[in-house]
This record gives sequence, C-alpha cells and structure tokens, in this order.
Amino acid sequence: MKDLIVTLIPVFPLLGFLILGLGFNRIPKKLASLIGPGTVLISFILSFIIFVIIAAGSRRGVQTWPVTEVFNWMTFGGLSLSFSFYIDPLSALMLLVVTGVGFLIHVYSIGYMEHDQGYNRFFAYMNLFVFFMLILVMGANYLIMFIGWEGVGLCSYLLIGFWFRNQEFNNAAKKAFIMNRIGDLGFLLGMFLLFTTFGSLNYIDVFHNAKGFLPGTGVVTAITLLLFAGAVGKSAQIPLYTWLPDAMAGPTPVSALIHAATMVTAGVYMVARSNILYALAPATMTVVAVTGLVTALFAAAIAIYQNDIKKILAYSTISQLGYMFLGLGLGAFTGAMFHLITHAFFKALLFLAAGSVIHAMDGEQDIRKMGGLGSALPKTRWTFLIGTITIAGMPPFAGFFSKDEILSSVFTHSMILWVVAVTGALMTAFYMFRLYFLTFSGNFRGNIKQLQHLRDAEPVMMIPLILLAFLSVTGGIINLPALAGGSAWLHSFLGPVFADATPLLKGPVYFLDAQTDYLLVGVTIVYVAVMIVVAWSRFVKKSLIPDEATILRSPVARILTNKFYIDELYDLLFVRPSLWLSKVCHDVMEIRIIDRTVNGAGTLVVKAGNTIRYLQTGHVGFYVFMMVVGIIAILLFNLVI
Amino acid sequence: MQFIPISYYLIFCSVLFCIGVIGVLIKRNALLILMSVELMINSINLLLAAFSTYLNDPAGQIFVFFIMVVAAAEVAIGLAIIVVIYRTTHSIDIDVLNKLKW
Amino acid sequence: MITGILILLPLAFSLLIFSLRDERQIRMAALTGSVAEFLVSAYGLFLYSTQCHCNWLLDIGWIPSLHINLSFGIDGISLLMVLLTTFLTPLIILSSLEHSYRKPSAFYGLIMLMEMAFIGVFTASDGLVFYIFWELALIPAYFICAVWGGNDRIRITFKFFIYTFTGSLFMLVALIWLYFRTPQPHTFEIIYLYAAHLTPAEQTWIFLAFFLAFAIKIPIFPFHTWQPDTYTESPAGGTMLLAGIMLKMGTYGLIRFLLPICPVALKEWGWLAMILAVTGIIYASVIAIRQSDMKRLVAWSSIAHVGLIAAGIFALTPKALEGAVIQMVSHGINITGLFIIISIIEKRTGTREISRISGLAAKAPWLAVLFMIVLLGSIGLPLTNGFVGEFLLLLGIFEYNYWIAAVAGLTIIFSAVYMLWMYQRTMLGNPMEDLEISGDISMKEAIPLIPLVVMIFWIGIFPGFFLNLAEPAVRTILNLMH
Repeated sequence: MKDLIVTLIPVFPLLGFLILGLGFNRIPKKLASLIGPGTVLISFILSFIIFVIIAAGSRRGVQTWPVTEVFNWMTFGGLSLSFSFYIDPLSALMLLVVTGVGFLIHVYSIGYMEHDQGYNRFFAYMNLFVFFMLILVMGANYLIMFIGWEGVGLCSYLLIGFWFRNQEFNNAAKKAFIMNRIGDLGFLLGMFLLFTTFGSLNYIDVFHNAKGFLPGTGVVTAITLLLFAGAVGKSAQIPLYTWLPDAMAGPTPVSALIHAATMVTAGVYMVARSNILYALAPATMTVVAVTGLVTALFAAAIAIYQNDIKKILAYSTISQLGYMFLGLGLGAFTGAMFHLITHAFFKALLFLAAGSVIHAMDGEQDIRKMGGLGSALPKTRWTFLIGTITIAGMPPFAGFFSKDEILSSVFTHSMILWVVAVTGALMTAFYMFRLYFLTFSGNFRGNIKQLQHLRDAEPVMMIPLILLAFLSVTGGIINLPALAGGSAWLHSFLGPVFADATPLLKGPVYFLDAQTDYLLVGVTIVYVAVMIVVAWSRFVKKSLIPDEATILRSPVARILTNKFYIDELYDLLFVRPSLWLSKVCHDVMEIRIIDRTVNGAGTLVVKAGNTIRYLQTGHVGFYVFMMVVGIIAILLFNLVI
Repeated sequence: MQFIPISYYLIFCSVLFCIGVIGVLIKRNALLILMSVELMINSINLLLAAFSTYLNDPAGQIFVFFIMVVAAAEVAIGLAIIVVIYRTTHSIDIDVLNKLKW
Repeated sequence: MITGILILLPLAFSLLIFSLRDERQIRMAALTGSVAEFLVSAYGLFLYSTQCHCNWLLDIGWIPSLHINLSFGIDGISLLMVLLTTFLTPLIILSSLEHSYRKPSAFYGLIMLMEMAFIGVFTASDGLVFYIFWELALIPAYFICAVWGGNDRIRITFKFFIYTFTGSLFMLVALIWLYFRTPQPHTFEIIYLYAAHLTPAEQTWIFLAFFLAFAIKIPIFPFHTWQPDTYTESPAGGTMLLAGIMLKMGTYGLIRFLLPICPVALKEWGWLAMILAVTGIIYASVIAIRQSDMKRLVAWSSIAHVGLIAAGIFALTPKALEGAVIQMVSHGINITGLFIIISIIEKRTGTREISRISGLAAKAPWLAVLFMIVLLGSIGLPLTNGFVGEFLLLLGIFEYNYWIAAVAGLTIIFSAVYMLWMYQRTMLGNPMEDLEISGDISMKEAIPLIPLVVMIFWIGIFPGFFLNLAEPAVRTILNLMH
C-alpha cells in the first residue's frame, strides 16, 4: 500500500504533463487550470500521507526505511540500477516542500498566466518540472537523482525560454542549461567514481560501505568534490551562478518555483543526502563552506545595486543558498535543511508578491519606476513586507530561526567567520528593505496607464500569497530551539538521517550556552534593525532614487552595478576563446592541415603520374635500353645478395 | 680427344650476347636490331648446345631446335612488321616510331 | 534460412524497382519491400535465442578449393544492427517520398541494394563475405550521392569513394594475410580468423590495417575529412543511410574483427586509438559550434558522437562495449531523426542556413516538439536513448582511465551548446516571413518521425531489452580477447 502511494506521487504530475502536452491547445483553459494544479495537489496529499507515516515511524524510533522498486532500469554485469524510490525523513520533508509550495505556485499561475497564449504549455512544463523534481528527491540511488537532476534542468530551460519569441530569453535559457550541464558533468564523474569505489550507486549500499572509510580518504574527497560541482551548477554558487539572474527571464511563477523554492535547492538536498560522504571528507566540507560563504557575500553585495525587482530576488536567492552551503560545510545539515524549508516559503512568497507587483505594473520590473505601491496594492504590500522581514531575519519569523541556526553553528567554528556571515545577513536586510521601500513607499514613479489599473491581483493569486505569508511567519515552529521554548522537532526528525555523519564532524555543532546564544541573537537583531533604519532613512526619508549618474561616480558602486563584470569575464575567458578555437580548428587545423594532407595524398598520385609519364618517350630504343639496365640491375642485385 | 673447355664457350657466348645487346641498343635501323636479336638468340643456342654436350644431356640440344623454330617464326613476324612500318613511314628508323607514348 | 531471405528480399525488390517505370509503383514497391524486410527481421528476432551460437545460420559453398563459403550467422550485436537497418530503411524511404527525385527507379533501387549490402555486412560470418558486402555497400552510396547530391557532388563523392575505398583495401590485405595464418586448411571463416596464430608484430600490422579501414568509415579523427562534405552534399535520404547505418559498419567492424583478432596489438596501441577517438570528440564538437549549415552541424556532431562510441570500444570494458552497442543503435535513430527534421525544415524554408531560418516553433509547434525530443535524445538527456549509451560508455571509459573519461565527458556540455544553439536560432525567436510551406508538419511528414520518437523513449526508459540482447555477445567478444 505504502509502496503504491509512493509510486503514485510522481505519476500524477507526469500524467498532467502528458495530457496537457499532447492535448496542446485543444484542452479548454478551465480544464487545464484544473489538471495543472490538481495533479500537484494529489501528489501533495499523497506526500502528506507518506509524511505522516514516516513521522509516526520516526516517533517510534524507526531508523531504517524501505526502498520502493518501481522497475529495473538496467542490469548489466556488476551494474544493477533499478528505478526505485527511497523515502526517509529527509525526502519526505522535501516531498512536502516540493508538492506543497509547487501546488500554491500552480494555483497562483492560474491567475498570472491567464491571458497568455501558451497557457496549457505552461502548465504542461510546470507539471513536468514537478515530476522531475519528485524523481530527484525520491530516487533511491544517485542515477535516479541524476535523472531528476537533468530533468529539472530541462524544464528550467523550457520555462526560462517560455516566451520563445524573445531571443534574449532564449539566450538566458540556453545559458542556464549549459551552465547546469557543466556542473552535471562533475556530478556524472562523481557518480562514476562512486560506482568504481563502492560498486553501487544505491544510497543504502554506498552509505553503508562508506562507513568503512577513514575520514579524509582521497577518493571520498574526490567523489564529494565532483558531486559538489554538480551542486554548484544546480544551486547557482560561485563560479557557476551567473545563469540564475538571467533565468529571471521566465514567467515569475517559474522563478518562484524553480529558481527559488525547489530546483536550486537540489544541490543542498544532494549534499544533505550524501552527508556521510561529506562528513568523511573534511577538505570538501571546507570547500563547501567557503564557497557558500563567499557566494553569500558576493551575491548580497551585487544585490545592493540592482534595480530589477526579480534580479534582486535572484541574487538574494543565490546569497541564501550560499548560507545553506555554509551550514552544510560546517556540518549543520539540519540547519541547512531548515533554512531550505523556510527559504522555500519566504522566497516563493517574495517572488509571487513581486509577480503580483509586475502584474499590476504591466510588466514593469524596474523598481526605480515603481514607488508608492503600498496604498494601491495593500495585500501585496503586507505579504511582501512579511517576506522581507522574514528574509532579513527578524524574530519571530521563520527566517530568523533558520538563519540563526546556521549563524550559531558558524560561531562555534570561528568568530571571524561569524562576523563575515553576519555582514552578509546585514547586507541582506539592507537590500531587501531597499527593495521594499523603493517599491512600496514614496511617490508613484510610473506612467499614467499603469496607475489606472494599479490594484491587487485576483483572489486566485492572493490566496497562495497569504498562505505562504502565513507559512513564512510560522514556519520557524518546526525547529524552534529549546532556548525559544521549542523542541527542535526537525532536529530530532532528521536526526536518524544524519546519525552516521554527526560523530565524524569535528567539534560540537549546536551547543552554545544560552548566554552566548542570546547575546549573538541580540547583536544580530540590533544590527539588522539598524540596517532597516538606514534603508528607511535613505529611501523613504531622503527618498533617494538610485540613478545611473550618481552611482557610476563611485568605483565600488560601479563594480557592483556591473555585477563584478563576471559575465564579461566569462565571455572573455570561455565564450570567445572557444569560438576562436572553433575557428582555428576549422579554418587552420581542418582545412589547411588535415584536409590538405588528405587531398595532398590524392594530388601526389596525380603529380607523380604526371612526372613519371615522361619516361614513356615512345622511343623503342630507350625502352630496350631501360630493359637492359633493369636486367643488369637485377643481376647486380642478385650478385650483392 | 681434348675438349674445348666450357669456360671458353661461356666467354664466347657472353661476348656474342653483349654484341647483340649493344647492337639492339645503338642501332637505329629496325632490320639491324632484328639481326642483333638473332645474334643474342644464337649465342644462347650455342651455350645450350655446349652445356648439352658438357652435361651429356640431350635436352639442351632439343631446346635449341625449339628456339630455332620460334626464332624463325619471330623473324617472319618481325620482318612482316618491318615491312608494314616501311610502307607507312618510308623508313625503318625506329626513332620515327615514337607515337606510342603518354 | 532467414538470413537468406533477408539478403535476397531487398535484392529482389531492388531489381524489381529498377525495372519499373511508373513512379507510384516504384514508391509502393520500395515501401513494401523495406517494410517486408523489417517484418522478416522482426520474425528473426522472435526466433533468436541468446543461449546458443546457432542463430540465423546459413552456409553455402562458394569457392571450395579455397574453402571460402558464403556463411552467415548472428549474435546479439549483429542482431541489433540488422534490426536497426531494417527499422531505419523504411523510415528513410518514407521521408524520401516527400521529395521527388529524378530517375526514381534508380534512387529507390539503389537504396534497397544498399540495405541488402548492410544486412550482408552485419550477418556475414566469413571475412571475405564481409569484405564483399562492405564494398558492395559503397557502390550504391556513391551513386546516390553523386547523382542526386548538391552542386559540388562530383568532387566530393569522388573523394568519399576513393578515401573509403583506400581504407578498405588495407582491410583486404589484412584479411588475406590472416587467411594464410589460419590453421590448415586455410579459410576466411571468422572463428578461424580469431584462432589465427599471429606474432605480435603481425598483430600490430593487422591492427593498423583494420584500424585504418574502420577509422575512415566511422570516421575517427583525423580520417574524417570526407564526412562533413559528403553528408552535406548528399540528398537527405543518402545522408540518413550514411550516417544512420553505414558508419555503424565501421564500429561494428571494430568490435567484430579488431578486438578479437589483435588483442595484443590493442594492449600496445589501443591507447593511441583511444586518444584519437577522444581528440575527435572535442575537435568535432568545437568545430560544430560555429557551423552555419544545419546539415553540416549535425555532421560534425556525428563525428563527436561516434568518437565517443569508438573510445568506448577501445576502452575494452564490458560496460563501455555494451554502451557502444546501445549507442550505435541510439545514434542511428537520433541522427536519422535529425536529418529527417532538417529535410522537413529545408522543404519549408528553402534553405539550411541557420542564420536565415527563425521562429519556426511559432508556426509549427509539433515540428518544434519533435525536433526537441530528437535533440534531447542526441544530447543524451536521461530517459532518452542517448543517455543510456553515453552513461555506459563514459562509465566504461572511466574504468579505463579517469582523465580520458573526464575529457570525453565534455561532449555532454558541447553537444548541449551547439544543438541548443541550432534549435534556438531555427525554431525560436520571431517567426520568419517567407516560408514556402507554412503551417505545422503534416501527418505524412510526421509518420517517419513517430517510430523514432517511440524508440528514443523506449531505449531511454526500458533499455533492459536491448542490453540483454547485446550482453552475451559483448561477453563473448571480450572473452575472445583473453
């Protein structure tokens, strides 16, 4: 029974995709709006049932979970790969996030995409995405995860380039796919190394065999680094992050679902899933943590000077993912997963609210041309504000608890790191409130036409927003620390999953004494509050509107506005050289050298014939002479031999 | 009876053969070339006959007869060709016959 | 018996078609013949047993004094290749029906003749018979390209013919050499060729001769220069036959002859072949990025893909070899699909220049969908056929050498780069105005593509059937090497 339910979870979105995809535009919109979100809802309900079963089991102290085999994918020699699902607390939790947030975003899309020509196509892609995401999360071995991993990449490609008439969008889509594939190559090689090392790709076998390895073993370090390369691509970390801001070309629900709540967190999930391997590779853990921290700061810095509402959110996503990796790298697996969940709530909320703003503003995304929307869009404003406060990390909203958990684990490792990480958090507070104030406070800076139909979106879009806002406020409850009177439920729920890894990690992870913790929290809150006030005084009190001329005067601002020139750098380092190489290979290597050699062989025969034919003079005497010379030569030759 | 040593035959035949070869090489007259070829054939015949006696093997002399028959036929055809050449080119100089090339 | 039918049926139909005058009858005959051939081979699959080496045997005396027999027989690899041939040929004929070629009787007759030669190559169990069919396949290919090709066809097909022919002469020399090294009485029978006693030096020479012949046919870098031109200039159907089936003769030859006959030379020189194959992957991928003609781009991508197959064969691990066999089938399917789509696009727009085509997806959504599916198969997305092969190949190569696998793996990035670029430029963006045929693809155009799409997903999702067919044969080949 349970196996059946598990199997059915991804089946429904797939069915939805097939119906909507094959039916094309013949299916009426009404029916499509039923099928699209409906299939995800069914999956959500099924996931919830599974979750309840798992949660009940975990209360009873169950430590192992069965694998559900759907069918045998391939058996060959020592290689046996089955299409099977593995539901443990970690994946059960991810299932809820994916289907839950996914469902809300689907509902929202009914309103957002209402007037779009490709309505059915949109839902088909979205359902396909949910299907692949479920495969990714539920897979019982790395190959199944990889199938989902590449599949979501495909859906991301399809959805970023959803409005395919615009080649800019298509470029963004292609960039996303290719950068993901760079990471995927790492993932693939990591899988190969896993297979040659452990003789299997199944989680259970790999994790079981991994226990026999000593920490710091070279091969495990190599595996984890390669897998992490995949995570870097998928979760948009340095150096493969540049596709995510561009990916905002897609419709806003896509940005919310794929590029904020679910797909980009796949890397975090993968690392958390492989926790035992990572725990065995301290060097990789350092790499993960450093990558996360640097990305968090880097993206936050860029976000401060961006003016596109979605791009700011995109950089903020990169930055928050950086925090998750920081947490993972320091061994705070639960903390990272906690932040993943709350981030899914509040970032989906922020994106959907931003979508609502864009919807009201007739597609305008530049916050310099907004302003004063608070009064016209009250519901959007309040939900957005909730999201902003949550991400800034003010108690008692969800983001505060999850971020605090990561920050306190940073503190246990190093004071300096903590300061750096907090700096990033302060930047987050600043740019988010900058975004909020520029959008919703002050005077309206758009045109008349926009002003006329400036109103909150219809209920079908607002209800998901309100639900997500509710989750953002209360989401912290799932892992309320003991200090705040909670029971750290998530910690105990996920405990068994990370049980093998925890003893391997150096140092205590969470055990700050109450005083220090209160102190840290207090300091953070005060500074965040200061940042909010700074943002308020700049953008509300002085109502400064960022404009090109003043910004470009300061070199730091100029660099940040241009995103550290990373895109240009990559263009210079990778795109152009490869095009140049292509030209050289084709024009020089191919035509001048290889083909010329081949043709040369032919020409040589012709030329040789042309030359040698002069020997045929037609003089009989000459022929006879040559014959005699030949005979004498043969005789001499025999004499010599 | 004192036989002429076989080496004398060898040297004589070689000389004869070389004269034939040189004749073929340096003469321009087709008739003379044909005669030089005959000379070469005859030097071989002589050698065959000499060895036949030397080795007490009649096969060599039988071969000589064969060769003489073939040579006669060859001369007949060769002369016929020369006659045809003479009729078409009014010359039996082989240097004129250089059309068959390239 | 069944081999006899498989070889004679296309021959009979080919002769029949040559004698027909009415174009409709010719088309009907070509279609009937190729479909009948497919049905026969499907029945052959039904008869096939993985248990014994007794499948589809046929042995007819031919030159008794030299112990040369017309002997045939198959294993799993041959079976897959035969099925690929009989599966693709009707589809290629179907897609060619969309064009009207002058002298149709010759065109379709030559296609059937080519099919016969392919079947002969894949089923032959005698070296000389293999060689004869191998050369026989070249002749119709030459005429198809030289008569119905593009503007520069004469020069290019001449080069193609001479180049591949030169290669196969080396193979003939190697075969004759092997003949005299077989135990008394000498024979060309493959199993005796396997048993030939060769010194290491002889093996090296035979390895080089075979390698040259197959490397030119496949083609492996740097013996590939005939390929892009020929693929570009050939008529659509000819390109599909060349790319879909004919080049598999090369990889098939590597597996059938090179591996079991020269194991020692392979240990010594295999790395060189491997490096050439992998170099070819990168080299061709890099060049493909800048191609402006759709057909030429796909031609270069094909060099990259078959480079990976060849690398897998030289890795000599069961997984890589198995992957190579699956990828041979997949590549045949995908590349045929791509060329069919290109010919549909060419018919619609009157050009193959990528820069002159845009926005077809807006006008022909189903074409865009089919193109996308075939493209995904080609770039090896999981759950499509390309992934199964690439996964096994790269895994096998990885077991051979980490670094080579990492370099070969770059193909998954490059293929995405150039394929998506082509897709974006031609299918996406604002629709172009001057279409010769507007509207979505018709049912008639879609029919040859649908079986391909089915196969893409079948192999991608349930590869077990195909893997199990090939596995015993792969094991036998590798066991022969020890």
